[in-house]
Amino acid sequence: MSVGSDVAVRADGLAAGYGGEVVLREVTFTVDAGRSVCVLGPNGGGKTTLFRVLLGELRPVAGHFRVAGRPAYVAQTERTRLDFPVTALDVALMGALARGRWWLPPGRNDRAAARAALERVGLGAQAGVRFGELSGGQRQRALLARALVHDARVLLLDEPLSGVDPASAALIGGVFDELRAGGRALLVSSHDVESARGFDLVLCLHQRQVAFGPPAEVLERPTLQATYGREMIVLEDAGPARAVTVQHHDHEHDEE
Amino acid sequence: MTVEPVDFLLDPLRSGIDRRALLELALVGVFCGALGFWVVTERLAYAAESLSHGLLPGLVIAALAGASLLLGAAGGAVVAAGLLALAARDERIGPDTGTAVAVTGLVGLGALLALEPEAPQRLDELLFGDPLGVGDGDLVAATALLVAGGAALVALHRPLCAVAFDPSGAAAAGVRPGLVRIALLALLAAAIAVAARGLGALLVLAVLVAPPVAVARHAGTPARAMLAAGAVAVLAGLVGIEVSFHAGSAAGASVALALCLAAAVGAALPHSLRRGADAGRTASPRGRGPA
Repeated sequence: MSVGSDVAVRADGLAAGYGGEVVLREVTFTVDAGRSVCVLGPNGGGKTTLFRVLLGELRPVAGHFRVAGRPAYVAQTERTRLDFPVTALDVALMGALARGRWWLPPGRNDRAAARAALERVGLGAQAGVRFGELSGGQRQRALLARALVHDARVLLLDEPLSGVDPASAALIGGVFDELRAGGRALLVSSHDVESARGFDLVLCLHQRQVAFGPPAEVLERPTLQATYGREMIVLEDAGPARAVTVQHHDHEHDEE
Repeated sequence: MTVEPVDFLLDPLRSGIDRRALLELALVGVFCGALGFWVVTERLAYAAESLSHGLLPGLVIAALAGASLLLGAAGGAVVAAGLLALAARDERIGPDTGTAVAVTGLVGLGALLALEPEAPQRLDELLFGDPLGVGDGDLVAATALLVAGGAALVALHRPLCAVAFDPSGAAAAGVRPGLVRIALLALLAAAIAVAARGLGALLVLAVLVAPPVAVARHAGTPARAMLAAGAVAVLAGLVGIEVSFHAGSAAGASVALALCLAAAVGAALPHSLRRGADAGRTASPRGRGPA
């Protein structure tokens, strides 16, 4: 692998919040092109806040950041309008807006790119199905197809694997691998500690940056305890890698 | 069909006044129906109602001064929009309450001015519209609204769809949701100012909100919903004028009632109609608005 440090995302002393209250601070990390990062943390830990800053929706109150190009964003499917009459292909085509010329109908290339993206996420046969009538995993894949059409160097994905069926999760994981091989950088938020082991890097957030590094270094008990606090249970007897899971049903307070 | 029912239906068209009214309602209806799809989708019905009621003082002042009602409506809409935006910002009482107070104040001011002893124009025409009284200038304005506003809706179709579906995702793709909304509100203000001539400050909302409600559960794509809503608005305008002609009822109110009846029928029709319509369509999407 060439040494040419092709930085995709760099954050330096980043802090952000809402209405004067800082909910995330001390965030400093660098992600090179072709790398995938799992952003771990409890609800209210600052995952969504970090994404909003990187998307340019929220101005940081301190620090700097740089993103290579305009990042593509895969929202949680609950943030989309299920009653809006668009098909999976229409959703994929929305990614073509990133190429500008929004006042013109999508061109032949845009349509070809959208169809190819739907094939890549295994939705080629569902192109004409209404988004609201797709299953949860299929909706997530349609949103991923939109990000593929956007063709950004950096992709931000908000809990893309939560509540997704195993077949969809496998397909999505395969696309992640292809994207990394293609030199794209991925930031994927998750609350599933086990899934983080498959990433190049892990960023732990709990209102501040708790840790950043390879999974083998970061996914240790002290770090996870600092990230999740009392929400964590450790399963000591679950194999050599020490599986760790997280209680998600009794938060004392949600900040987001 | 015998000759009499045909004559019965065509009788209103033999009167120049009713022909004009129909043309006005058709031009306004096509645009407002299509725009209304976005008003309803973006949940702007209350904003539209506030704006249309709030422009009453502008209409009354224009009538008192003998100026063009269209100019009065446009001026009234601009002033009302500013005032409503200010009122809605008061966080102590909440935007809905602030808006309600401001609208009521504006309607009261309009009534106060209109009920002056020397006021020439009757208040009911400004409140409930007078489609039978439209002049050439009104028809020109309605045509301009349809052409320019329609072009804007076609050009904005992709950003409008992306923002309605997922504002954050649209923003990531480079669309500015705030600007798209401002454009939508500007189109709304223009539509209300033009349509208030025929339907009045109180009834104009019907042509914006009732047609999209009528078609909401039956259209397969946004573009189809816009076209179908425009068609419903034109049809309801025709029905309203027919009823008004034969029953001698107020034209604006008859049209508004026909529009609301269409909304009720459309909302009550079984959802399965849409599935039937969808079954025949191919996977190729329509990216555009009304051609």
